[in-house]
Amino acid sequence: MIRTAPSLDIDAILDDSGTRIIVCCGAGGVGKTTTAAALGLRAAERGRSVVVLTVDPAKRLAQAMGLSELDNTPRRVDGCDLDGAGREGGELHAMMLDMKRTFDEIIEAHADPERAQQILTNPFYQSLSSSFSGTQEYMAMEKLGQLRRSGDWDLIVVDTPPSRSALDFLDAPERLGRFLDGRLIRILMAPAKVGGRSAFKLLNAGFGMVAGILTKVLGAQVLKDIQMFVSALDAVFGGFRQRAEQTYRLLQAPGTAFLVVAAPERDAMREASYFVERLAEEGMPLAGLVVNRVHRTSAASLSAARSCAAAEELEARGEHALTSAVLRLHAGRMQLAAREEREQEHFTSAHPMVPVTRVPAMPEDVHDLAGLRQIGQLLSSN
Amino acid sequence: MGTRDARDTDWDGVRLHVVSGKGGTGKTTVAAALALALAAGGRKVLLVEVEGRQGIAQVFDLPPLPYEERKIAVAPDGGDVYALAIDPEAAMLDYLEMFYGMKRMGKALTRIGVVDFATTIAPGLRDVLVTGKTSEAVRRRDPRTGRRVYDAVVMDAPPTGRIVRFLNVTQEVAGLARVGPIRHHADLVRGVFTSPETAVHFVTLLEEMPVQETLDGIAELRETKLPVGGIFINMVRPAGLPDPVLEAAFHKRFDTAELAVGLKATGLAERDAGPLAEALAREIAEHAQRVELENRERRTLASVGTPCYDLPLLPDGADLAGLYELADTLRTRGAA
Repeated sequence: MIRTAPSLDIDAILDDSGTRIIVCCGAGGVGKTTTAAALGLRAAERGRSVVVLTVDPAKRLAQAMGLSELDNTPRRVDGCDLDGAGREGGELHAMMLDMKRTFDEIIEAHADPERAQQILTNPFYQSLSSSFSGTQEYMAMEKLGQLRRSGDWDLIVVDTPPSRSALDFLDAPERLGRFLDGRLIRILMAPAKVGGRSAFKLLNAGFGMVAGILTKVLGAQVLKDIQMFVSALDAVFGGFRQRAEQTYRLLQAPGTAFLVVAAPERDAMREASYFVERLAEEGMPLAGLVVNRVHRTSAASLSAARSCAAAEELEARGEHALTSAVLRLHAGRMQLAAREEREQEHFTSAHPMVPVTRVPAMPEDVHDLAGLRQIGQLLSSN
Repeated sequence: MGTRDARDTDWDGVRLHVVSGKGGTGKTTVAAALALALAAGGRKVLLVEVEGRQGIAQVFDLPPLPYEERKIAVAPDGGDVYALAIDPEAAMLDYLEMFYGMKRMGKALTRIGVVDFATTIAPGLRDVLVTGKTSEAVRRRDPRTGRRVYDAVVMDAPPTGRIVRFLNVTQEVAGLARVGPIRHHADLVRGVFTSPETAVHFVTLLEEMPVQETLDGIAELRETKLPVGGIFINMVRPAGLPDPVLEAAFHKRFDTAELAVGLKATGLAERDAGPLAEALAREIAEHAQRVELENRERRTLASVGTPCYDLPLLPDGADLAGLYELADTLRTRGAA
């Protein structure tokens, strides 16, 4: 039995003033950022005050949105056609996440100047905040929370970082919590608190052994830097964790809509299935699936089989070379469409309740607002 | 030198092949095909997975791989492909045991969260562990014969956007730890990655964004003095039509009359072949536009000055038979 997925009504989501956050997630290379930008533009042109938070935009897409300055502050995108839908009050802002800047700002806002300085100059902090992969997820969550708390926008559209495991950003608060509640951090902090109440911890069974191993494995200097870093960060981290948990709960709230973005290929659809299941496990509100780059044909009535047979016949007769080449191409296209259809059917059989919208494959990447607008229209016309 | 060393390929002397590429370009598939191609003719190749996705298992249609080097495929003419899915936690315990003989301590460290810390909170360390394990496999020698255990190691590496940071993370840690065992370990790993025995390859499609990322990645590699490998152009589709026809179609001057006559001759359209010819012409115009863009991307890639290899789009997707086909193509084109 072939199941038909319910269709995803994008405009209903964008027009609902209750929708405050849209999260686009999905495998790498399926057009997440473009989808997020197109949704943001469409929402703005339908009267919402929108900010698009993007993590890693392609240069040309950033330029299309007027983001030649890639910094951590939302910039107004000019050229939205606000008369088109006849609605007022809409505007679009866009920004790119600068994870180091975001991290620095948290430190500056939550630690006294002396301690902040201590942290910002710590070598462990410097590499953690700027180059270690994984920080991006924490900071994307943090920025999302900040934007939401600011109350400056009534809709935030965010595209998720290209993580190694696609839902790393959901795990960020829990991981951080596990770390902070762990015994390791208490052990690491103990020496820094010598003289205080926790000094007796030094006598704790096991500490000497652990410190010994850590020194041996990490080297004394690294251990010292980490200890300094951890103890200096102690005050800041508490607040950070609390906010990360707030953001996590915000994502679970009814004002959030998750859109899983995919392409009609086996790996991307498999990843989409995984996302849908993971989001359900976490109690995150899934709005639907966006399938990008769907190949369509303008002569669907001519099947691949008939097209191939006709081409073969012409080739055998040695006639009409052009026609047979065109028929071969058409057959290939029909086969591709059929394969893509099957991949989507697999998904829908497993997740029959998930609404789906499709965007046809474009010959060229999006370079400007007109292109984004077109994608927005396609997303909404099912 | 035995016969198994006698090869004439573009990457003679390379023993570590790092395969990167933008998401969606088929990086894992190409890495797997490259491993098969390198193993052909009786060699032993290790295919390494570093991101915990179990992509190799999927490509070879196997159950999830454990943290253990195991044989997963036989290459044409009797070579062996082994696979290893590196799990950072296990690699850390490995590391502790190997360098410090501390297996039991490792368990204690796991309990109090040290391993968790190293592999999640400070993900840079995770990368050191993963790259460290890979370079260990590259350097490993058979204690009896003194020969290298693997003729080549192929790494299914992180995507282009993160590859240089990933390979350079040892230097990052080296900056953090100016002396001590981590620094020493990092230096060792960096030594392997920057040596002429390593090549960092990129998988791309003939599309704007993957090509741009490939160019950016290569520029970044060159800046950081990491060895640039080849460009694997994946999922290449034949143009299917002669250039003049494509040219005409691209400029919307495609002659539907000739097509209509041909369609009538096949019996596909009986009285009026016009509408069908028009519909097909729209497809052709789109196709021509795509081919034109692909040619443009191809010219861009050619300007990089490193070998490019075309890999055909597999009509039935990358199944096991498809992998062998790709491996064969790679050998024919001199990539392995």
